[in-house]
Amino acid sequence: MKTLDDTWNWLADSAHWAGDDGIWHRLAQHLVLTVVCLVVSCLIALPVAFVLGHLGKGGVLAVNISNVGRAVPTFAVLVLLLLTPVGAWGEGPTVVALVLFAVPPLLTNAYVGMREVDRDVVRAARGMGMTGRQTLFRVELPLSLPLVLNGVRIAAVQLVATATIAALAGGGGLGRIITAGFNLASTPQVVAGALLVAGFALIVEGIFETVERLALRRTRGAP
Amino acid sequence: MTAPPDDCLARNEWICGEYVRSRRHILFDAVLQHVELTGASVLIALVVAVPLAVLARRWGWAAAPVLAVTTVLYTIPSLAMFSLLLPFYGLSAALVVAGLVLYSLTLLVRNILAGLRAVPEETRQAARGMGYGPLRLLLTVELPLALPAAMAGLRIATVSAVSLVTVGAIVGFGGLGNLIYAGMNTYFKAQVLTASVLCVVIAVAADLLLLAVQRLITPWTRTRRG
Repeated sequence: MKTLDDTWNWLADSAHWAGDDGIWHRLAQHLVLTVVCLVVSCLIALPVAFVLGHLGKGGVLAVNISNVGRAVPTFAVLVLLLLTPVGAWGEGPTVVALVLFAVPPLLTNAYVGMREVDRDVVRAARGMGMTGRQTLFRVELPLSLPLVLNGVRIAAVQLVATATIAALAGGGGLGRIITAGFNLASTPQVVAGALLVAGFALIVEGIFETVERLALRRTRGAP
Repeated sequence: MTAPPDDCLARNEWICGEYVRSRRHILFDAVLQHVELTGASVLIALVVAVPLAVLARRWGWAAAPVLAVTTVLYTIPSLAMFSLLLPFYGLSAALVVAGLVLYSLTLLVRNILAGLRAVPEETRQAARGMGYGPLRLLLTVELPLALPAAMAGLRIATVSAVSLVTVGAIVGFGGLGNLIYAGMNTYFKAQVLTASVLCVVIAVAADLLLLAVQRLITPWTRTRRG
C-alpha cells in the first residue's frame, strides 16, 4: 500500500525527528504535559474523593461529575480557554483543560472505590477501636486501591487524548505533527503522527494496566 | 461611509443575541450536521454491536479478543483515530462517521455483553424448560433483560459521540465544531461560546431522549422500583 510506504519513509527520515517541530521534542512535550497534569489532577481529585468517600457524602456530585465531563467537548473547552486571559499564558489553556478532563474520572472512581469497601469491614475496624483516620488509611484506602488505580488509568488515557486535541488549539505535543500534516495536506505525515499518538496512548494504557494488575494481586494476596 | 454599529458583535462579547439572530441559518445547519453525524454513527454502531455481543456471548472464546480489540480502539485518541482513517476515506463526512462508529461500538459491545452475561441462569433454564428454542430465548428473554445495560451504554456512546463530533472540524465535518474552529481562528467569542453551549444542549437533550425511550421500553424496571 502506497500510503503505508510513504508513512514509513516519513518516519524513517531523521530530519523529522530533530528540531523544535521534531518528533522527539513533541514526544517530550506530550509526556511532560501528561505526567505533570496527571500528578496535579491526582493531588486535586483524590483527597477530595477520599474524604467524601470516608464521610459518605457528596456521592451525587462525585458520581455525576463524570457524566457532565463526558457531555462537554474537549475541543470546545480548549478554544474557550484560549479566548480567555488564560490563553495568553502559553500552554495555559492546555494545562487547565487537561486537568479539567482528568479530574472527573479520578473523583468518580476513587469515590465509588471508597464506598464499595465492605461496610462490615469498616464496622469491624471501628469495633477494634480504630479512629476515623486509621480506618481511612489502613482499611478503606488499601481496599479501594484497585478502583482508584482504574480511575488513574482512565484519567491518564484521557490526558493523552486531550493533549492531542490541544494541538488543534495551538497547544504542543504529538498532535502538532497531525495538525501540521493536515495544513501541508501531507497524508503520510498525518498518518505518521496518528500512529505515534496511538502508540503513545497504548503504551500508557499498557503501563497502567500492568500497575493495576500488580496492585490487585498484592491486595488479594495479602492475608 | 457609515460608522460601524456599536453592538455586541462589534465589541466581540461572549454572549451576543445579535449573533444568534443574524447567524441562525448557519447555526441551524451546523446543529443539523452535528445531529446527523452523531445519529448515523451511533445507529451504525448499534447495528454492528448487537450481533458482535451476541456472538461473543455464545462463543465464550470470542469474548476475550472482542473486548481486547475494543479496548485498544477506545484508547486511541480521537484526533489520531480520524487521522488514521484519512487514507481510506479522505476529507469526508464518512471519515468522521467511521471514527465515531469505532468508539461507539466499543462502548456498546461492552455494555450489551455485560447485560447478556447478567441474565440469571435460572431464567434461561426456565425459558428452556418452557420449550423456548435458542433464537426465541435470545429475542424474547435474553435481549430484553439486557436492555437496561445496553441502553446505559447507548446513552454514554451518544453523549460521547456528540462531544467527539467537534474534533471532526479537522477535516471540515465537525458540525458545531466547524464553528468553534472558525471562531478560534478569528477570535470570535460569541461564535465559540454559542456553538459550545449548543453542543452541550444537544448532548443533554439526546441523553434525556434516550432515558425516556429506556423508560418506555423497559416498563418492568420502573414497577420494580415502585
